[in-house]
Amino acid sequence: MRPAAGRRRWTLPRIGAELGMLAVAAIFLFPFYVFLTVALKTPAELARSPLSLPTDPALANFTEAWQRGDLGTAMVNSVVVTSLSVALLVACGSLAAYVLARRGTRLSYGTYLLFLLGLMIPLQLGMVPLYQLMRDLNLLQTYTSLIIFEIGHQLPLSVFLYAGFLRALPRDYEEAARVDGAGSLAVFWRIVFPLLRPVTGTVVILSAINIWNDFLTPLLYVGGSPQQTLPVAIFAFRGEFASQWQVIFAGMGIAIVPILVVYFLLQKYIIKGFASGIKG
Amino acid sequence: MTLTLSRPAVDGGPRATRRRARRARVPYLLLVPALLFYAFVVLWPTLQGAGYAFTDWAGRRETPGFVGLDNFTELFSAPAARSALRNTLIIALSTTIVQTLVGLALALALHSALASRNLLRTMFFAPALLPPVIIGFLWQYILTPAGPLNDALGAVGLGGLAQNWLGDSSVALASVIAVIIWQNAGLTMVIYLAGLEGVPPELHEAATMDGAGRWQRLRHVTLPLLVPATTIALSLTLIGSLKLFDQVYVMTGGGPGYATETLSVVMYKEAFVSGRYGYSTAIALVLTMIVFAFALLQLRGLRRFEVQQ
Repeated sequence: MRPAAGRRRWTLPRIGAELGMLAVAAIFLFPFYVFLTVALKTPAELARSPLSLPTDPALANFTEAWQRGDLGTAMVNSVVVTSLSVALLVACGSLAAYVLARRGTRLSYGTYLLFLLGLMIPLQLGMVPLYQLMRDLNLLQTYTSLIIFEIGHQLPLSVFLYAGFLRALPRDYEEAARVDGAGSLAVFWRIVFPLLRPVTGTVVILSAINIWNDFLTPLLYVGGSPQQTLPVAIFAFRGEFASQWQVIFAGMGIAIVPILVVYFLLQKYIIKGFASGIKG
Repeated sequence: MTLTLSRPAVDGGPRATRRRARRARVPYLLLVPALLFYAFVVLWPTLQGAGYAFTDWAGRRETPGFVGLDNFTELFSAPAARSALRNTLIIALSTTIVQTLVGLALALALHSALASRNLLRTMFFAPALLPPVIIGFLWQYILTPAGPLNDALGAVGLGGLAQNWLGDSSVALASVIAVIIWQNAGLTMVIYLAGLEGVPPELHEAATMDGAGRWQRLRHVTLPLLVPATTIALSLTLIGSLKLFDQVYVMTGGGPGYATETLSVVMYKEAFVSGRYGYSTAIALVLTMIVFAFALLQLRGLRRFEVQQ
C-alpha cells in the first residue's frame, strides 16, 4: 500500500518478516489443508493417518456426497432463496431509506432508529412467535417463509447502508426531474436508484452472504423438506454419514465452491463491503 | 453504533432537513413494503415474545397462563441456563478481546511492504465468509481425539499437549472460543486495514522527523486514529458473539454436560426440543437485555475515549 513498497530491498529483517508471516499463515491455513486432504482420502487411508496427503485422490467421495446428499437440490434451493430475498431486499430497503433520508421529520428519524434497533435485537426473542405465525399461515417448508424471514431480518442492515449513502447524495438531479413533473416513484427508479449503485453492490454482497450461510431459521422452517438450503442439507448430511468424514468433507467442499468462486472474482468489493464493519 | 446515531447531526439535524423537505416531499407510502416485512418478521414477534416470557406457554395449551417472574427465577437456578449465562459472557468477552487484538496484529502486519500481503489478506479473510455450520464440522473433526490436531502436535514433538478438545469439559469452551476467533479474526483485520488506509502517511513522516521511534509512532499516531475502527470491530464482535449459536450447536450441542452451553443454544433446545415456549422466550429476553446493556456500556465508554483522544 505504501508508495515505496515495490522498491524496498530484500534486507535480512525483511526476509525474516516475510518468513515469519508465512509461518503464521501456514498455521492459520492448516484447517484448509485438512479440509482438502480428508475429502480426497479413502476411508482406509483416513483411518491410517488423518494428516498425510492422499496417495490416490478418491474423487468418488464427491460423487457419493453429491448423489446421496441430494446437494444439487439444496444448491438450487439456496440460489432461489438467496436471489429472491436479495432482490426484494434491495427494492424495499432502498425505497424505505429514500423516504427516511429525504423526509427530515421526527417521525422519519424515529422510524430510522426503529430499523436500526433490528441490528441489535437477537432473533431469538421473536423466534417462537414467528415460527407459530408461519405455521398457522401454512408457510412452513416453503421458500416463501424463508424469503419473508430473510428480507425482514436483513432490512436493518440495508436501510442503514442506503440511508447513510443517500444523506451524502446531492438532491439536484431529483429536484430537476420533479420540476419536469415526474412522480416520486419514477424519480426514484430513473434518477436515484442508478446513483445508488455502489451501495447496492455492498448491500447485495453482505446480505447474499448472510442469507446463503444462514442456518438456524432455515433449519426450523425448511429442515427435512425438499426445500432445504445448503447449510441445512449439510447438517442433515453429518447426521446421516455419522463418521464417514471423507464423504462429509466432500459434501462441505461442494457446498463452499460457489462462495469461493464469487469471493475470488469479487474479492475487492467483498472485502470493501465487510470493511464497513456491518454484518447482519 | 456511535457513528450511526450521530450521523443526522452532520446533515444539520431534523430541523434543517425539514426546511429542505418542504421543497421535495417523498411520500411515506414508499416506506410501506419495508415496514410490512420488518413488522411481520421482527417487530411484532419480538413484542409478542417479550410478553410470552412471563407465561408458562407450552404450545399445546391454548391459553398461556401468566406466571410473573417464575421463568426468570428458574433461569437463574437451573444448571443448564446458569452455565449458559456464564458461558455466553465468557465467550463474548474473550472472543471480543482476543479477536480484536489478533485482527489488529494481522492488519498491522499486512499493512506493510510484505510481498505476500495481498495473498495473505485474501486467505485470512476467507473463513469469515464460509457457513458457520461448515466451519463447525470442519473443526469438530480436527479436534477429535485421534484427529489431525493431536496428530500434528505429536508430529512436532508436542504430543503431551494432546487433548480431547471438545469432549473434555475443562477445555471444550476454550476450544469453541478458539474456533470462533479463527473464523472471524479476518473480519476484524479487514476493518482495521480500512482504518489504516485512512491514516495519512504525512503524519508518520512528521512524527519520524520529530524523532519518534516505531513504537512511539504506533502508540501516538496510528492507534489513536484507529479508535473508530475499534468501535466498529468491538460492537460487531460483541453483539455477534453474544448471539452465538451455529458453531456451538453443530460442534458440541452445548456439551459435554453444560460446558459449552450458550443462551442461544439453551433457548433453542427449550423451545424446539422441550416445547417450553414461555421459558425459552424468557431466556431470549435475558439475552436481549444483555445485548442492550453491552451496547449501551460500549457506546458510553467509547464516546469518553473518543473525546479524550
